[in-house]
Amino acid sequence: MACLIIAESAIFTIFVIAYLFYIGKSLTGPTPRQVLETPIFFTICLLSSSLTIHYAGKFLQRGERRAFLSLWSLTILLGALFLFGTGREWHRLIYERSLTISTNLFGTTYYSLVGLHALHVTAGVIMLSIVAIFSFSGRVGIEHSRRVEVLSLYWHFVDAVWVVVFTVVYLLGR
Amino acid sequence: MSSDAITIPGVGLQENPWVDTLHQWITTVDHKRLGILYIVYALVFLLLGGVEAAIIRIQLMHSHNDFVSPQVFNRMFTMHGTTMIFFVAMPILFGFANYLVPLMIGARDMAFPRLNAFSFWLSAFGGLLLYFSFLGGSGLYGAGNAPDVGWWAYAPLTARAFSQGHSSDYWTLALLVSGFGSIGTSINIVATILCLRCPGMKLNRMPLLAWLNLVMSGMVLIVITPLSAAQLMLLVDRYLGGHFFDAQAGGSAVLWMHFFWIFGHPEVYVLIIPCFAFMSEIIPVFSRKPIFGYPVMVAATVCIGFVSMSVWAHHMFTVGMNSYANSFFAITSMLVGIPTGIKIFNWIGTMWGGRIRFTTAMLFSVAFLFQFLISGLTGIMLASAPFDWQLSLSYFVVAHFHYVIVGGILFAIFAAFYYWYPKMTGRMLSERLGKWHFWLFVIGFHMTFDVMHVPGLLGMPRRIYTYEPGRGWDTLNLIVSIGAFIQAIAILVFLWNLVSSYFTGTKAGNDPWDAWTLEWSTSSPPPPYNFRTVPVVESRRPLWDLKHPEDPDSQYE
Amino acid sequence: MWRSVVLLSCCITTAAAAKPSSTSGTNIFAPESTPARSIFHLSVFVLAITGIIFAVVFTLLVYSISKFRARSANEDREPAQVYGSTQIELAWTIIPMLIVVVLFLATARVLHAVQEAPMPANAVEVTVIGHQFWWEYRYPQLGVVTANELHVPVSDPTHPTPTFLELLSADTDHSFWVPELAGKTDLIPNHPNRMWIDPERTGTFVGQCAQFCGTQHAKMLLRVSVDTPEEFAEWARKQRLPAVADERVAAGKRVFETTACINCHSIHGTVANGHFGPDLTHLMSRTTLAAGAALNTPENLRLWIQNPDAIKRGSLMPAMKLSDSDLDALVEYLETLR
Repeated sequence: MACLIIAESAIFTIFVIAYLFYIGKSLTGPTPRQVLETPIFFTICLLSSSLTIHYAGKFLQRGERRAFLSLWSLTILLGALFLFGTGREWHRLIYERSLTISTNLFGTTYYSLVGLHALHVTAGVIMLSIVAIFSFSGRVGIEHSRRVEVLSLYWHFVDAVWVVVFTVVYLLGR
Repeated sequence: MSSDAITIPGVGLQENPWVDTLHQWITTVDHKRLGILYIVYALVFLLLGGVEAAIIRIQLMHSHNDFVSPQVFNRMFTMHGTTMIFFVAMPILFGFANYLVPLMIGARDMAFPRLNAFSFWLSAFGGLLLYFSFLGGSGLYGAGNAPDVGWWAYAPLTARAFSQGHSSDYWTLALLVSGFGSIGTSINIVATILCLRCPGMKLNRMPLLAWLNLVMSGMVLIVITPLSAAQLMLLVDRYLGGHFFDAQAGGSAVLWMHFFWIFGHPEVYVLIIPCFAFMSEIIPVFSRKPIFGYPVMVAATVCIGFVSMSVWAHHMFTVGMNSYANSFFAITSMLVGIPTGIKIFNWIGTMWGGRIRFTTAMLFSVAFLFQFLISGLTGIMLASAPFDWQLSLSYFVVAHFHYVIVGGILFAIFAAFYYWYPKMTGRMLSERLGKWHFWLFVIGFHMTFDVMHVPGLLGMPRRIYTYEPGRGWDTLNLIVSIGAFIQAIAILVFLWNLVSSYFTGTKAGNDPWDAWTLEWSTSSPPPPYNFRTVPVVESRRPLWDLKHPEDPDSQYE
Repeated sequence: MWRSVVLLSCCITTAAAAKPSSTSGTNIFAPESTPARSIFHLSVFVLAITGIIFAVVFTLLVYSISKFRARSANEDREPAQVYGSTQIELAWTIIPMLIVVVLFLATARVLHAVQEAPMPANAVEVTVIGHQFWWEYRYPQLGVVTANELHVPVSDPTHPTPTFLELLSADTDHSFWVPELAGKTDLIPNHPNRMWIDPERTGTFVGQCAQFCGTQHAKMLLRVSVDTPEEFAEWARKQRLPAVADERVAAGKRVFETTACINCHSIHGTVANGHFGPDLTHLMSRTTLAAGAALNTPENLRLWIQNPDAIKRGSLMPAMKLSDSDLDALVEYLETLR
């Protein structure tokens, strides 16, 4: 998983470089300052999901399956909330502020970077949900805690990437 | 130490219908079989890439030739480059790594056998997808076919406006898919080396092949991914109306170049480092001495890994970066030559004072040393940015990189074939055919690639389907083309050797070369589980210790 | 090693064959302008150093494979197992580092001298715009617009009159390479570049596009005419004039003005004001057609208009599909545009 994270970090780095390079270079169209609204609530959701997944893992290591499952499900909920927030933001940008991926450089780089991240969150939510389903039917126990830890590592990575993306898009980019 | 396979009593051996054998091979997760699948796959694509090269060389035999149209020629050089890098060199090196790494570290298989199989089939599919473009690349406009934008696919030539039909999409998707396969295999190699070494095999007792594949795989993780990212951006541009590389919207063609070469330059080090590994295993055995300066060889490779990430824009000296950027990349490109040169000295140091046996594997290794030296020196010439303003984009560069890739990488791969084929098949390759292969190939190689430097110096740019008479390029190009055909004959000799020796070669036994690393301690070919008992090692050359108990390496390390 | 011999003999033969005011070769070792000359001197230095390194390592290699081959007498004894030597390894690390420092300093000096050269007040300025597959030249100070054949004044080394080129692109990437005048510089859309030349003798210098730009990259040739200052001034004056208006070819002019020609081409003094293709106002002042793909003769011109694929397959000039009489009239008209 560490290797996969290294590889994925390289992909995200390139998209971040492209985003930073093109800041201020759009020839037309809405600028970040004009249309972006900082998604504080949904960011808090995603970042706190790192905490919940961490403690879920700890509970599983101690064999407390029900606590594990509730925290795990909370993680999934927070992740899904984040995705919902992103979707709502995009809907607003596209339909109310006319910013699409083909509008200008800002549109292209914004949707690509945030979209790539959202894709990874989606993949994470799916994987977490599969584990949740297995857990509901009682198939996940203390012997799986190492594997669950590997999956949590992926989830922490997705969160860390969001910190970077958030900083670049909503703080630096404006 | 383990050797022969265990026979399980009571199990009847039935005649295997070919369907069963096929099924076994397709569903295998055994690293040895996957290694062989990678290698055979690469050999098929070597032939395809070779045909493309032949078409190029026939067209360029004399000025204003019309063997093929410019459109076909442009597809040929694009496909030749893309095929050779991504579907010949990468798979064949991953194949050897797959086969040898677990054996050399005393493991039973790779860390993630199913991921191993998945990565192979992903890469394989990528190659098929690329070649499907010959049939399916035509798009709405009736244009398109195989990609024809050069293997770098520079923007904005790949934009919808300039690259109609789907040919560029095939390039993008095929490489994206096989890139994910490469990442999978690299994850596997890193995990295997870090976690599955046998007892006693500390990192500084690993064979150099394991070390170098570790560095190579680590590099792949952060080198292939920039290309994948850039390709995703290209797809966004072509399909979603994005503007990453769209000059009219303020996008930058130079950004594609940076992203591509951040991948492209380290990629060539990814390709050569496993070849350094082969040399570091083969030269000691045929010089009858241990590798000279093991710790420095490791350090130099790690150094190359890092420094090679900082040289990429020497492919962009003519693009108009400012003089400080140009100077930076010039000096880093010169610096990367130092650890590389050190390795050559270490190999000479290994041979020095030895008792050199010139088997075919050793012949290819010695030729590698000569040729790698020359290509390193032409590389230094290219690193000198103003000199590069004349040399880049010309046939001098084409000669330089073929010198490294054919004269270096391919020669090392041939050496690896002659050295490890007995282990993989249980039979020796014919030394007689091997010598024919070697001498024919060396003559053809030098005829082509030594001479090819000169048209570059005389102003011949690359990627041109024809050229003007009267510039002094005609005779030189004719000689280059003739050499190419001699190399083709040599390759056919080699392929014949591979096939016929499988049936009629001398039986090899466990250790035909009197070598010192763990793979020679098990049978040829090894049983599915590699070793009957997990080996325990006490030095870098465990078999030397066994064969020379009075003077084991463990005393000196 | 014998590669250097071939190289050397090539230089010698080409140098011997070079005659004063004739068409040049494309040999990077026959510079006729300061940038090319600086690069040439640097290249000799680099070649010398790499040559010495080659000779040393080559000798070591040859010596080791001959002296230390297994002879049948001692083949079954293993030689002394040497694992390394710190002093030797230090030596062969430090010496290459010193060589790199020296090489880099020489490189950086030429790099800055060529790239950072200031533009003097008397320099001729040309804007070069790369197209698929032809070159557009605009002289902003002189008010000249032309295509494919660049004219510049010769530069006297005591009172240099260099030409500074600004490089732009209308479509994909290209590269301007006339080896005997300078190293190449790319033309990249949305990324202006700058280069300069100061040719030391009159004559014609040739080269071609060096960055793959599409189907007819191979036939995007370069011709640079280096004129005496008087010839250059006269050329510029003539280029500024509007097109010759000859009544005898009015029929052809009408064909030009009423077909699609004017969508892409300009002829000053007529209604034609297209920018996609080369400016044709002084078409007959050029030696070649289609960026060097064919000589500028009436037969080739006729063929180019009727069936461009016969000359430059894949170029963006469409086949005009004119009737024979229209085509004859048109060619007659174009032949008057001196």
